[in-house]
Amino acid sequence: MEPSISSAIEINSLRKSYGAQFILNNINLVVNWGDFLCLFGPNGSGKTTLLKILATLYSPSGGTLRIAGVDLDENPSHIRKNIGVVTHQPLLYSHLTGYENLYLHGMLFRVPKLENRIIDVAKLLEITPFLYKRTDILSHGMQKRISLARSILHDPSILLLDEPDAGLDQSALSILDNLIESIRGRRTIIMSTHNIDLGLRLANRVAILSAGKMLYNEMNDKMDSNEFKQNYTHLTGESK
Amino acid sequence: MNAFLHNLITLIWKDIVAELRGKEIITSILSFAILTLVIFNLALRATPQMILTLSPGILWISFIFAGILGLTRIFVNEKENGNLEGLLLSPASREAIYLGKMFSTLIFMLIAQSIILPIFSILFNVSLFEPMLLLILILTTIGFSSIGTLFSAIAINTKSREIMLPMLFVPIVIPIIIGAVVSTGTIMEGGNWPDIRQWVQLILVFDILAFVFSTLTFEQILQE
Amino acid sequence: MAVFKLRNILHITTFVMMLVVLYAIFLWVPTDKNLGISQRIFYIHVPLAWSGFLAFVLVLIGSVGYLWKRTPKWDHLAHASAEVGVLFTTLMLTTGVLWAKPVWGVWWTWDPRLTTSLILWLIYVAYLMLRAYSSDRYQAERSSAILGIFGFIDVPIVYLSIYWWRTVHPQPLVGPATSGGLDSSMYNVLMLSTLVFTLILVCLVLERISIFKSERSLEEIRWSLELSK
Repeated sequence: MEPSISSAIEINSLRKSYGAQFILNNINLVVNWGDFLCLFGPNGSGKTTLLKILATLYSPSGGTLRIAGVDLDENPSHIRKNIGVVTHQPLLYSHLTGYENLYLHGMLFRVPKLENRIIDVAKLLEITPFLYKRTDILSHGMQKRISLARSILHDPSILLLDEPDAGLDQSALSILDNLIESIRGRRTIIMSTHNIDLGLRLANRVAILSAGKMLYNEMNDKMDSNEFKQNYTHLTGESK
Repeated sequence: MNAFLHNLITLIWKDIVAELRGKEIITSILSFAILTLVIFNLALRATPQMILTLSPGILWISFIFAGILGLTRIFVNEKENGNLEGLLLSPASREAIYLGKMFSTLIFMLIAQSIILPIFSILFNVSLFEPMLLLILILTTIGFSSIGTLFSAIAINTKSREIMLPMLFVPIVIPIIIGAVVSTGTIMEGGNWPDIRQWVQLILVFDILAFVFSTLTFEQILQE
Repeated sequence: MAVFKLRNILHITTFVMMLVVLYAIFLWVPTDKNLGISQRIFYIHVPLAWSGFLAFVLVLIGSVGYLWKRTPKWDHLAHASAEVGVLFTTLMLTTGVLWAKPVWGVWWTWDPRLTTSLILWLIYVAYLMLRAYSSDRYQAERSSAILGIFGFIDVPIVYLSIYWWRTVHPQPLVGPATSGGLDSSMYNVLMLSTLVFTLILVCLVLERISIFKSERSLEEIRWSLELSK
């Protein structure tokens, strides 16, 4: 599902404000097809808001946004078919099993041969052992994995991951690492995280957001982790 | 099948499965309604003749208060894990999301009422199996679920949802409560269609207004 | 500052006319033959009802304007009018109750007009509660706009349903305000009083709107200070 438009995501002078409160201020960003952009920034810098705007959940207060060649205002429904999103919350119905949750989203996204697709994705994300259990009895890490499965079920060309590593212990983190590697394929990914090492390992482009402004946006060419951390602290005031 | 209908049915299915597992909505409506029926019988110092006159009112009071209890719960599972966002991320239209919720709420209310009615018949010694009565019941419940779903979505974003929902809901649905009580009473006293026709029309007009209005404005509540 | 002056003129005019109408109500207009002195409350009760209703029309206009244009000024109009409307309706119900007792012998009766007023009051009290209890200000604006519109649409239906209900189950009680027509001086005072209360409504709503505006400006200033740090 890869439309032949030049860039996956084009953001121009994006602004988001609530009355006088500016959450995002003049964001400019271009993400090319196949890029893996990692977004860093302290809490409250606007990372989640930016991802939610990209996910069509929030509407911007100003500026333009094109995803997969489609303007946000024009056809948000079309954009939704091309993106997969993982947020802080697992987005799972607690009384339903993992399978049923995936089935629900698969039906809404009109995924063809849904049952087979669910089984394949489950294998990929190693969730088959607990797929038929109610999600409210599962651990946070297991729910996160089902959530990841949900986000790729309809095979979107763009993935938006908002702190997918949040709340995971060391073993779950390494599973996540492998999972992201296995699903990235030819997808375009934007991921936000507080874990600089994780981000530098996975991404080919990094950006830093602070107080609603984009302070840094460069290709990641085997960047040195310590150097980057120092730069980060210098720009945002948050030590790493 | 066209996308809208497909999504609508999927969303209704989702609510029904969740309710079958959790049983929170129907049981709360049922238990509260039965408690109300019992309390009214004990609390009113009424002769059997008076009780008969009062019974349509008692029935509808129990439906209203139990209905409110049910309505406060319908969006709980959506808010819980941010599930509503999950629906908003899908291609499902906002209207489909509203209608899905409205229809599943309607189904739950009607199921609960179909259990409450026979119990009411027994406790109050009245026969209620009249087609016109069922018409009134269904029409009024459609009104409850249309505007109730809208208000429930509004109330769940407030700090005091348990009081906010009834405060919004009760004054607004007064016309259809009056319509339902008066026409139920008329039927129970042996009345016929001509006697209740204007009330049924009133309820129908309310339903149409509520339904159209809610479908159009629901999206406003979902925005950021 | 032309605007400032205009508001001043409005306030002074309203104040002066208020004094005039108070004089007219309590000292000038003749006492009603049948109902006695207590009837004078009529000249306050009825205009309160009228201007309260007008306030709710303003809530409707503000609500529709807000959902359509999304600018704060429409929201301020709706919110301010709802507050003043609830105030006036509360006073209307109170004066109605105080008047009913000496005239009818009962504090309250569930006739169509009174009952509908009570429900109207409940709907707009719910509006204010919604504003107060919302966790997110912008959510509050949208939700209350929705209520402001549907509440207004609903009121005639409420009135109709109660009117039909009372036809089926009539109340054994006598009617209302006037015992057989108003003579011209009474009519004039009523009209004057209605005008004065409408002016008071306008004054209060405008003041409340300007307070909302100031609060918003203050917030904006605070935020620019925050950002410039």
